[in-house]
Amino acid sequence: MRNLLAAILFACAAWPAQAQLSIEITGAGGQRIAIAVAPLAGEGALLDGANASISAIVRADLERSGLFRGLEVPRLVPQLTEASSVNYAEWRSRLADTLVLGSVAARPDGRFEVRFRLYDVVRQVALGGVAYTLTREQVRATAHRIADYVYEKLTGEKGVFSTRIAYVVKRGERFELQVADADGANEQAMLVSAEPIISPAWSPDGRRLAYVSFQNKKPIVYVQDIEVPKQQIVANFKGSNSAPAWSPDGRRLALVLTRDGNSQIYLINPDGSNLQRLTRSSGIDTEPFFSPDGQWLFFTSDRGGSPQIYRMPAAGGDAQRVTFEGSYNVSPRVSPDGKNLAFIMRDGSRFQAALLDLNTRQVQVLTDSDLDESPSFAPNGRQILLATIIAGRGVLTSVSADGRVKQRLTVSAADVREPAWGPLNK
Amino acid sequence: MRALWIVLIASALAACATTQTPDTQPPAGVEDRAPGATRPAPGTQSVPSTPVTGVDLSAGRPASDAGNPLRDPASILSQRSVYYDFDKYDIGDEFKPVIEAHAKYLREHGVVKMLIQGNTDERGSREYNIALGQRRAEGVKRMLLLLGAREEQVEAVSLGEEKPKETGHDEEAWARNRRSDMLYPGEY
Repeated sequence: MRNLLAAILFACAAWPAQAQLSIEITGAGGQRIAIAVAPLAGEGALLDGANASISAIVRADLERSGLFRGLEVPRLVPQLTEASSVNYAEWRSRLADTLVLGSVAARPDGRFEVRFRLYDVVRQVALGGVAYTLTREQVRATAHRIADYVYEKLTGEKGVFSTRIAYVVKRGERFELQVADADGANEQAMLVSAEPIISPAWSPDGRRLAYVSFQNKKPIVYVQDIEVPKQQIVANFKGSNSAPAWSPDGRRLALVLTRDGNSQIYLINPDGSNLQRLTRSSGIDTEPFFSPDGQWLFFTSDRGGSPQIYRMPAAGGDAQRVTFEGSYNVSPRVSPDGKNLAFIMRDGSRFQAALLDLNTRQVQVLTDSDLDESPSFAPNGRQILLATIIAGRGVLTSVSADGRVKQRLTVSAADVREPAWGPLNK
Repeated sequence: MRALWIVLIASALAACATTQTPDTQPPAGVEDRAPGATRPAPGTQSVPSTPVTGVDLSAGRPASDAGNPLRDPASILSQRSVYYDFDKYDIGDEFKPVIEAHAKYLREHGVVKMLIQGNTDERGSREYNIALGQRRAEGVKRMLLLLGAREEQVEAVSLGEEKPKETGHDEEAWARNRRSDMLYPGEY
């Protein structure tokens, strides 16, 4: 009988599992690179039912970045491959700035080999190419790696198409901690609960998530391996346990406890050992976030009368105030290069994502929405993912650091929130 | 046996839906949107506007509630909520009589325990709101202790913005969600 009950509870926990993140581009960069990604010769052999082809995934990835305009490429007969000689004049007449040609071949071991080459059509030179061996299951992952290669060659920055994102879906009264590829595919539930889940944070190696779950009727910090659906308690002290943030070496977590009174920042090992109190203020200290070099801890505190962002040495010591404009500045996240700080600022009745240049102290508002929260940098620093409310619904938006490239990420018939962009694939 | 299964399935499915505390809802009509005047009027949130008779009590409640001052809408003890301005946790004078009444109740019923849940509206940072909700709940707890309740009787927790009573995205909903609730066993 108990098994039956468990089965029913499980069934209702797993009930509508079809929904997935869909991504819509709502703003693009000023000057986009026109790229022709020709169908890879023989890529049809990798098509399996509804799967998109490698060339289609590469093109969609590049377009989603807002920095590329994908050109329609007619089916070419005979098909061009990375070994074909390139008629630059013809591609130029198709208005291509750049071109990808390639092929897919079956290997005797049942796997496949993908080869491609990237060309600069304007300068009429090959920029390089790679060969990958893959199984049928690795079509998307391989396409993302090709897109990463193209992106890096043409922009000089790391691509983030092979990364993953975590977020929380609220579906009716149910909460789901989800992990998906950066393009929204391969959504995978880490945790489903009738109680809230907040503040997912990726370990620097991308293998674990720390998060806060209310499943035991109060906020407790857990760590969970992405591949193994088993929770480990990191902090379950008297009062609230929340706001986990990994140190860049992955050995420590900063978090917030109320066990000694007000919300204060502590350090702890990911296995729950070696607790150490870091802040000692009479107010609220929360939302710790390490600088990429591990030297500083940024955090939110109301010690000055209103919530503002401060920083202190991660080893402990005096805090310095970082934000000065406005009466409500929260949720500090340092950019991967350590130069900028994304945060949420209140301006009148609006709560908007903003970027602070830590050198010049200049603040730039990034969005025109009213209820932004939880910013998260892409690991190349170019995009910032955040949660907002649009038409009464929780959605994620992504905005480029210059405010121009914008995307909206939604889940049908549900609210999505608490985004966390994972690290680069090593 | 079959009937038992049906009951089990039904209750399991019901468990999928959240069990919201059947808390008394403030009546509509909190209109003042000027900043600083956005709290629902005190004293109105749990006292129904129409006079209440004993019939109402027996209708949806166990018979044991009869005569229980915590559930009697005519008793100040049926009021459980303290409301706040945005990003504030100081307790307005209008809520002090309610807290005093509960402190007295806790003094006179030494075995009774209370859970205080601090809540915030949905705006701003979820983590900051956890901390803010905790401060709100701790503020109520501190006042109860000053008025003679014992430490072991009262626990303060925060729900932040995570369990909004009102799901709207306007000042009226926000005002009702900036709240501490004093709850007794069986009520949370």
